[in-house]
Amino acid sequence: MKGCFRALAGAAAMAFYGTAALAASSGEITGAGATFPYPVYAKWAEQYKAQTGIALNYQSIGSGGGIKQIEARTVDFGASDMPLQPADLDKNGLIQWPMVMGGAVPVVNIPGIGPGQLRLSGPVLAAIYLGKITRWNDPAVAGLNPELKLPSQAIAVIHRADGSGTTFLFTNYLSQVSPEWKAKVGSSTSVQWPVGLGGKGNEGVANFSRRTPGAIGYVEFAYALQNKLAYAQLQNRDGDFVNPDAASFGAAAANADWHNAKDFHLVLTNQPGKGSWPISGASFILFHRVQDSPNRTQQVLKFFDWAYHNGGQTAQQLDYVPMPQQVAALVEQAWKRDVKTADGKPVWPAQ
Amino acid sequence: MLWGVQRSAVWEQGFRGATQASAVLVVAALVGVFALLMADGLPALQRFGWGFLLATEWNPVTETFGALPAIYGTLVTSAIAMLLGVPAAFGIAFFINELCPHGLRPTLTVGIELLAAIPSIIYGMWGLFVLSPFLAAHVQPTLTGLLGPLPGVGALFQGAPFGIGMLTAGLILAVMILPYVAAVARHVIGDVPPLLREAAFAVGATRWEVFRHVLVPYTSRGLLGGVMLGLGRALGETMAVTFVIGNAHQVSASLLAPGTTISATLANEFTEAVGDIYLSSLLALGLILFVITFAVLAVARLLLGRASPDAAS
Repeated sequence: MKGCFRALAGAAAMAFYGTAALAASSGEITGAGATFPYPVYAKWAEQYKAQTGIALNYQSIGSGGGIKQIEARTVDFGASDMPLQPADLDKNGLIQWPMVMGGAVPVVNIPGIGPGQLRLSGPVLAAIYLGKITRWNDPAVAGLNPELKLPSQAIAVIHRADGSGTTFLFTNYLSQVSPEWKAKVGSSTSVQWPVGLGGKGNEGVANFSRRTPGAIGYVEFAYALQNKLAYAQLQNRDGDFVNPDAASFGAAAANADWHNAKDFHLVLTNQPGKGSWPISGASFILFHRVQDSPNRTQQVLKFFDWAYHNGGQTAQQLDYVPMPQQVAALVEQAWKRDVKTADGKPVWPAQ
Repeated sequence: MLWGVQRSAVWEQGFRGATQASAVLVVAALVGVFALLMADGLPALQRFGWGFLLATEWNPVTETFGALPAIYGTLVTSAIAMLLGVPAAFGIAFFINELCPHGLRPTLTVGIELLAAIPSIIYGMWGLFVLSPFLAAHVQPTLTGLLGPLPGVGALFQGAPFGIGMLTAGLILAVMILPYVAAVARHVIGDVPPLLREAAFAVGATRWEVFRHVLVPYTSRGLLGGVMLGLGRALGETMAVTFVIGNAHQVSASLLAPGTTISATLANEFTEAVGDIYLSSLLALGLILFVITFAVLAVARLLLGRASPDAAS
């Protein structure tokens, strides 16, 4: 019995050391969540620290984890690639705002066809991923590409195996353009794929696509550009065929109606406008409405304010699309309106 | 002097306490993991009932989950790994102990044991970049061509040669378990008293007969223990499998088809699993793997425990 007590005391001592170590590191801003924006958040954190001396520790544990951590208040902010429904935000006393944008790009491996040559439309892409179009010379594909000689090769469908924001945008787009996709599969960070092979991460999808003749896959915009993959053009809502590039992503962002989106719940897929890339979307920050410590809250919001105004170039260098300034202004209005101390005083703008 | 004795008594007490605390911590961690998996997996198990084990659907959008594809993939890839890895490991162990020139022995032993030191992510990348293109180009077309048309067995070798799938995953696992099984086998075969095998050779037994009728029966429990250790490793391996298995929630007869395993599913989907039932289903999968692995290791301990008095006598 006495032995057991000693053992417990030993365990308690170890636990105590653990907490002490945690408390020591709480001076910095902490965040956790989505993996997709991690490179740009990390770079911003590094630059912000160099300028202000304030450190930010962002852990890319995934959107699900980010939501759990912010609900439990173990971090200052959470991050999710999928916007939360207003009802879920209310339930947990959270607000959300879009921080940075990216998108998904279909890539193909057809002999003799280079980047930007193949044209696809939303319904055709959905039919391929539903397993209804199985050969590249199918009339539906050939009809969009009268100038190309397409082989009768079988189409090998590749998708992401791991849950990801890229998959969410891609399936959300397919749900918008194909009622059948919406009914049979739907949209989420991972779905029940009707056909195809799952690769792990962008690199897994890119590798399978590169190696398998006749393959089609989808990767993050930045990944497709940096690795010069054979991306396809997509027909957008206005009927234009567009290439995935900074301009077409910017067009999708500029044409988005953030103003009327409740709680910024807006996915930028299939946006109207000439030149808009149809599969793009923002990554979101989750934040508590009621904050105990105004000073700390201001410190966190100051970082995001800095990122909106000074982080654009960094984002572009990493092939993300920065939020337009008018959207940033809308977000800061929301901070002023919604983020309060326990006794109801607004926290933003910071003095 | 007296002070010194007292101090050493205090030190002794403290040391005892610290070691006991460490031991308690291990058990506490084990119980804690089990309790957590039980508690968090319960909502899914309650919702889907025993059907969870047999349902093949895995649909995060409609929140309908079934564990069968993952359980099936786990068992099939492990079976392939055992089928290919265990005979090779026994062969290596026998060769090193009985046939190998003395000069070569340390090199071979270290080489095999170094296989165990390679991180599993490296196996995964090697599988993705080297093994799977090779299988796709050279091995799988031959398999489908030669064995595909056969009745019965043919069903195992159907489909397009992607180089990705349960067979590839099983092959990688076979290489990964090799060092563990070989190391145990080498030790137990090395422990066989020289008298026994010399007696067998003296009555004119061939090397095969010595292996089959003397070494294997004498060390069978130890060998089985080694096999179980390898199996435990194969069942739980995550990273290497995720890269090459194709990650599709489906049950296919063909070994060339993509599949998934429990640990690969967890690694892939845990981070972005939003929603209580989704997360709970993943944890329930974890519980199933925990139970399977626990059973395998318990059997291994039982066999190894029985084997040691044999080897000593």
